Amino acid sequence: MAAPNTRTDNILLDVKGLKKYFPIQKGFLRRVVGYVKAVDDVTFFVREGETLGLVGESGCGKTTAGRTIIRLYEPTGGQVFFKSRLMAGGGEEKLINLAGLDRGQMKLIRREIAMIFQDPINSLNPRMTVGDIIAEPMVIHGQYRKDESEAIIINLLQRVGLRPDHLRRYPHEFSGGQRQRIGIARALSLNPRLVICDEPVSALDVSIQAQTLNLLQDLQRDFNLAYIFVAHDLSVVQHISNRVAVMYVGKIVEMADAEELYLYPLHPYTEALMSAVPKADPKYKSDRIIMQGDVADPSNPPSGCYFHPRCRYAVDICSKQAPEFRELKPDHFVACHLAQDLKLRGI
Amino acid sequence: MAKPSPELKKKPISQSYWSLVWWRFKKNKLAIVGGILLIVMYFSFVAVPEFISPYDLERRSEYTEARPQTIRFVDQNGKFHLRPFVYGLERKVDPVARRRSYVENPDRVYEIYFFTKGDPYKLFGLIPADIHLFGTKSDDPAASVFIMGTDSLGRDYFSRIMYGGRLSLMIGLIGQFLTLLLGSVLGAISGYYGGRVDIIIQRVTEFLAAFPDIPLFMALAAAIPAYWSPILVYFMLTVILAFVRWGGLARQVRGLILSLREREFVLAAKSFGADDSRLMFRHLLPGTMSHVIVIATLSIPGMILAETALSWLGLGLRAPLTSWGVLLQESMTVYAIRFAPWLLWTIPFLLIVILAYNMLGDGLRDALDPYGAR
Amino acid sequence: MTANELLVQIQNLRVEFDVRAGIVKAVDGVTFDIYRGQTLGVIGESGCGKSITARAILQMVPKPGKITAGQVLYHRRAKGSTQTDVINISKLDPDGQLIREIRGGEIGMIFQEPMSSLTPVYNAGSHINEAVSLHRLMPLRKVGDQMAETIRAHRKVTKEESRQIAIEMLRRVGIPKPEQRVDSYPHQLSGGQRQRVMIAIALSCQPVMLIADEPTTALDVSIEAQILDIMREMQRNENMAIMFITHNLGVIAEMAKEIVVMYMGKQVERASTVDIFYDPKHPYTRALLQSIPKVGRKTGTRLASIEGMVPDPFNLPTGCVFHPRCPSFMPGKCDKIAPTWKQLVGDHWVSCLLYEEV
Repeated sequence: MAAPNTRTDNILLDVKGLKKYFPIQKGFLRRVVGYVKAVDDVTFFVREGETLGLVGESGCGKTTAGRTIIRLYEPTGGQVFFKSRLMAGGGEEKLINLAGLDRGQMKLIRREIAMIFQDPINSLNPRMTVGDIIAEPMVIHGQYRKDESEAIIINLLQRVGLRPDHLRRYPHEFSGGQRQRIGIARALSLNPRLVICDEPVSALDVSIQAQTLNLLQDLQRDFNLAYIFVAHDLSVVQHISNRVAVMYVGKIVEMADAEELYLYPLHPYTEALMSAVPKADPKYKSDRIIMQGDVADPSNPPSGCYFHPRCRYAVDICSKQAPEFRELKPDHFVACHLAQDLKLRGI
Repeated sequence: MAKPSPELKKKPISQSYWSLVWWRFKKNKLAIVGGILLIVMYFSFVAVPEFISPYDLERRSEYTEARPQTIRFVDQNGKFHLRPFVYGLERKVDPVARRRSYVENPDRVYEIYFFTKGDPYKLFGLIPADIHLFGTKSDDPAASVFIMGTDSLGRDYFSRIMYGGRLSLMIGLIGQFLTLLLGSVLGAISGYYGGRVDIIIQRVTEFLAAFPDIPLFMALAAAIPAYWSPILVYFMLTVILAFVRWGGLARQVRGLILSLREREFVLAAKSFGADDSRLMFRHLLPGTMSHVIVIATLSIPGMILAETALSWLGLGLRAPLTSWGVLLQESMTVYAIRFAPWLLWTIPFLLIVILAYNMLGDGLRDALDPYGAR
Repeated sequence: MTANELLVQIQNLRVEFDVRAGIVKAVDGVTFDIYRGQTLGVIGESGCGKSITARAILQMVPKPGKITAGQVLYHRRAKGSTQTDVINISKLDPDGQLIREIRGGEIGMIFQEPMSSLTPVYNAGSHINEAVSLHRLMPLRKVGDQMAETIRAHRKVTKEESRQIAIEMLRRVGIPKPEQRVDSYPHQLSGGQRQRVMIAIALSCQPVMLIADEPTTALDVSIEAQILDIMREMQRNENMAIMFITHNLGVIAEMAKEIVVMYMGKQVERASTVDIFYDPKHPYTRALLQSIPKVGRKTGTRLASIEGMVPDPFNLPTGCVFHPRCPSFMPGKCDKIAPTWKQLVGDHWVSCLLYEEV
């Protein structure tokens, strides 16, 4: 968990203006009648060895953003620069735009970026043994050698807290927490540098959640991993992340150091979201901001700032002009017209 | 980190999906009965009907439309015999109705022996043999054992049912196999690739589904040239049945593939760079297998019935081929029902096969649980 | 309003599931009281029996479960009267007239709504009240109609009034444009909106008690906050009791006055919310509290986690069921002797050998 010391150095992943629109098709001929702007002009970066938390309410596009980076979905626009070792070769590093790669080139990158999924039941093929599941990335990349690879897999299993004899078992024999460990072992099998964790603990019980978060932190330290940690639970995100980006209807509205964000938020949405989190303290005096109405429809977002219909500070300009995502304080980015004038409260 | 749970410790061997399925299947007694019935029937009807039936398919006796001979253990004097026997048949003419019929003559006793010599045949089409499961040993040329009577040409009806079963049961199996192949390949392509291919395949299946079965069968069957050899006709009929029926399966497979495609384990494989063939053969198709097997098992009876129906309508198999449909066609006359009801013996056999398939299919569905949690 | 008026008493409740692999004691000797106008929180991890306890209160234990011991006493009082009848709910016929009146009408329920609960199990024309009381919205029927019918089943109002109540309730649970929404079908609502509709239905019958089983787990925090507010407001206005079941310690801290902590079908600790959070006695409660990340706390620290996993319900540990995972495990004691339910001070109860002399 070594915090990066310089601001612009060590950038591992630099996402610029990423867009993913899903077409809405209607009728017999499946004519396109509109788009769901799931990810709409998203800009953020991840430094080496750090954790960037991506939070937001359901349907805000955080999961889509994660999947678009690794090209599970084809981006509609924007660039994703990744500092690749394998593409450069010879221990060098080279910034590559993932959005422009063909399938073969992308396959090489897939060794450096791995993914952990939310659902510990759905994310493992029920017909494969644990050994086969963890070996699959190696098999896909032609790195599987019967004898050595088994040793590697056993090593991984032990590293995530499972036993070597679990190798020949099937996923249904494990509890949710154990299955999530199998998913983590699979993600690490190719020695990635960046792991996209898509709600990895939200399906787990409280006590298992803590175990899993600790494991992720230990692995990060040992393998110098960078994480993009996608979650809706603000307390979990704050716990594990160095920096946090808050998403609302396909856009990042604020991004800052985790503590800075929680103590001194600059965006009214962040403020409202944090005030809504129930605090595990009966003596805490709740003074929460209730957001009116529902989350905006990403296929038909409001004009100007997407948050303005629910924002209690909204003024004229908010409904007319979309705010720019800018660095208001060092390393603290926000997309709000009023950010410099508002005195928002943190936690 | 986590201590291994006690429940994992005490289970010595891990169970694969299929061993779990077998474990659950075993508990369903009805399905086991169905499965065993089918194995026995397929073995005797398809593999060795020549051995089980006492006579050759084309062997004509002098007894035409003879009533079944009852198998007896007690003779007319009330004496019990360990070896079963039948009474010989005697022709009797009803002067009023001007009809021939047969009555049993208790003076002519023919004992039934097992594994007797009879008409020569080739076992599995290869090995020359002449041993039959049962028959008479008597040198009397009038000796006969027609446990289900004879038809209008004097052929042993039990033997005909045995031989007819071969074609009827095979058509179900082969036809279903072709359906399976067509349905799952096209369904998988349709679901996986989507887009234009999907639209075309979907419209074709809708067209097939919208078209009434029987007229379509009739049109296609009528297109089979009359001069084709019976075997070719048989083969074509199988293809026609498969062609008409693949649509339903294709839709189901497509649906399954569509839902599996969005499952996280498929996304996971994709995220590691798995190619199309790996996704298809490692992750998607195995997930549909259990479902496909259940559908296939449950629709084989439909295939068999379709053949029977077509042949009965005179559109399917024709003499000299013998199938259950052909047999039924011959027996479905008022005359037969009135004076030779033993010609309806085909029906119980048909019913048992269909029942057995349904019992097996239901058991498989419960065991495989295609919609279940795992 | 007099304080501490008893409403529901659960006494030594046991629920067992007799399944092929053996008998699971889903609820094993649970005892607590619920008072009018107060909120009792029940916390525990999945499989601890908290939901089964809730269902037992309404004689809705799913098959093959059975109440094998103990009782649920409901102190029923007609509206406006001061006379109280004590009804032993666990003795009632689960399909009888009386329990149907109580279910949904006097004791409302909200369950966690996973998206899949909207299954077409009930065809049109089947017992709407049953369906809605069991907390499934029926597809193919307008939300407002389903609400209105449930309201009329439990309150003496006209058709037009019931529709007005439905609209008003939708407004109160924060559904935008309730006059239009009342005529939409369940599939046209989002998951959060459907859950709010279910809450509106439960509250529209003006129950004396609300059983809320993970009512906000599937919802986003902003909507969760709205819903918790509505529930508290109802409680203030109608003197409604709430049994709030959750695994979310933040939510329970905010809602409950008293908390029961459950583990593997047993209650391990019961105390006021402040005592549970500031002076937890049972090692499980302590560990649970330490294992959650808290907003605002310094990042980068390790969480204290409970080691191991929840045991196999068919093969429970001997002695105290928590002993294999317990940081305060005392060899030779905890694995041999089952702790008893013991009062420490005031209303603080605990079931742990640390507080017994053996």
